[in-house]
Amino acid sequence: MANVISDETIEYVGILAKLELSGEERERAKKDMGEMLDYIDKLNELDTSAVEPMSHIFPVGNVFREDVVTNGDESEDTLANAPVRKDNGFVVPKTIG
Amino acid sequence: MSLTSESAVALGKKIQAKEITAVEAAQAALDAIRAKEDKVHAFVTVAEEEAVLKRAGEVQKQIEQGILTNVLAGVPVAIKDNMCTKGMLTTCSSKILENFIPTYTAEAVLNLEKAGAVIIGKTNMDEFAMGSTTETSYYGATKNPWNENHVPGGSSGGSCAAVAAEECFYALGSDTGGSIRQPSSFCGVTGIKPTYGTVSRYGLIAYGSSLDQIGPVAKDVTDCAAILEAISSYDKKDSTSINRKDLDFTSALVDDVKGMKIGIPKDYFKEGLDEEVKEAVLHAAKVLEEKGAIVEEFDLGLVDYAIPAYYVIACAEASSNLARFDGVKYGYRTADYEGLHNMYKKTRSEGFGAEVKRRIMLGSFVLSSGYYDAYYLKALRTKAMIKQEFDKAFAKYDVILGPAAPSTAPLLGSSLDDPMKMYLGDIYTISVNLAGLPGISLPCGIDKKGLPIGLQLIGDCFNEKKIIQMAYAFEQTRPYQHSPLSACTEA
Repeated sequence: MANVISDETIEYVGILAKLELSGEERERAKKDMGEMLDYIDKLNELDTSAVEPMSHIFPVGNVFREDVVTNGDESEDTLANAPVRKDNGFVVPKTIG
Repeated sequence: MSLTSESAVALGKKIQAKEITAVEAAQAALDAIRAKEDKVHAFVTVAEEEAVLKRAGEVQKQIEQGILTNVLAGVPVAIKDNMCTKGMLTTCSSKILENFIPTYTAEAVLNLEKAGAVIIGKTNMDEFAMGSTTETSYYGATKNPWNENHVPGGSSGGSCAAVAAEECFYALGSDTGGSIRQPSSFCGVTGIKPTYGTVSRYGLIAYGSSLDQIGPVAKDVTDCAAILEAISSYDKKDSTSINRKDLDFTSALVDDVKGMKIGIPKDYFKEGLDEEVKEAVLHAAKVLEEKGAIVEEFDLGLVDYAIPAYYVIACAEASSNLARFDGVKYGYRTADYEGLHNMYKKTRSEGFGAEVKRRIMLGSFVLSSGYYDAYYLKALRTKAMIKQEFDKAFAKYDVILGPAAPSTAPLLGSSLDDPMKMYLGDIYTISVNLAGLPGISLPCGIDKKGLPIGLQLIGDCFNEKKIIQMAYAFEQTRPYQHSPLSACTEA
């Protein structure tokens, strides 16, 4: 395997992805990611130096509208999905010490 | 012949002609689900009988009043569980959305409802549409109605199996790298992935936003054209929506391919393709040639680069799109946690399955500082080159013809151990998403194991009508074949 994923890399990607992997999962993830990257390295066979990156097939731009409310008050339906709610808010762990 | 073996359009015409009511049609679908669901497990959620019959009654009244005239009015439909449906559980087949009740309905589904559709339930899928077998669903695997030991394909496996099992008359699926066309092929039904931007993605829970499109799954090409016509619309709520004026797809249901030019990419028929699939697909080309089409082989470049480019782009977009699932505003939240970041991490680690985590990790990596240029931008440049190859091909040909998948449906449990092998199965479908093209998969044969083989026709952007016309002409030579499970009447 050309791409060897270190413990530090998996730890770092876990921070970026907000995922916590168990010991077994972590070893599997290292192996899988290494294999995928080996395969993806096939793209290096192509000379893309003269090609612009294409994020969308068609030109896309921002779509603007007037800042006018068009929907009704759906707060009760929205809050009904809250894992934990209190009155008219979502309950989250303390964020400021 | 039971009522559920009718096509969607045939049933709709009978409803319009007052030969049958929308309520009878809904009851037939509910009865079919009751009889077959234990065997096929195509649904995550079946709508409550009372609510379905009430809705069908309302639709029937509006048909009788002449308000609802669309041919799909009163025809029961199943919706893939990654499209939001107001008031109805929408899980993406993930634990992390096990209790999510959307407050609004996806635009494509809303368009169907306006046409008088009766929603019968939400279909199973690979978790967050990541997979090719519907085995990564948190709610258990769907079975193939042609042989319950085999997978239905994926990720829209539930939608395709529900149609093939005749638990509903048609379904909506979504296609990011082949997720409509490949399971359609495995289940012996017809499915279309439209040109990117044709169907609004508003309310479709995003996987790879630049690749995702919603499309129809049904028994035949006529149904698919009618459904696509109903769901397509310009929608300001989707910034990539395109304002098209040529959405009359049913006008292309013409049995004539004289003079149409078909290109067959040589690279699609080299090693890795099952011999029986190859024979059936080339036979279909022969049939079209006999009907007057001009068939030619050609070199479509860069075929082997589509899969690596796709996984970089799709995983990168997924890692960003799935950042919203954090246990704060909806869905699953872990029971015990210490502080905010620990809650995020534990919620996501417990809520997502292995394949989803694998793709989020890869996506986070290729977007991370130091790797962004080497992987992400490289993949976007490759995508541009793949698009150019298709542009060159469509300068010469009206339609590109090939298989939808390298094999027929694999056995359950034989795919997930080797993700790389599973990814390679998407070789014929993935480049179509990268280039934003429309593609259709329709049945063209059955292998010795008794499993369906799919034919894929690919058109240039905005040329759905050409692939619909060609598929329709081919279909006239090969009537729809019902799956063995479709005839089951007892649980």
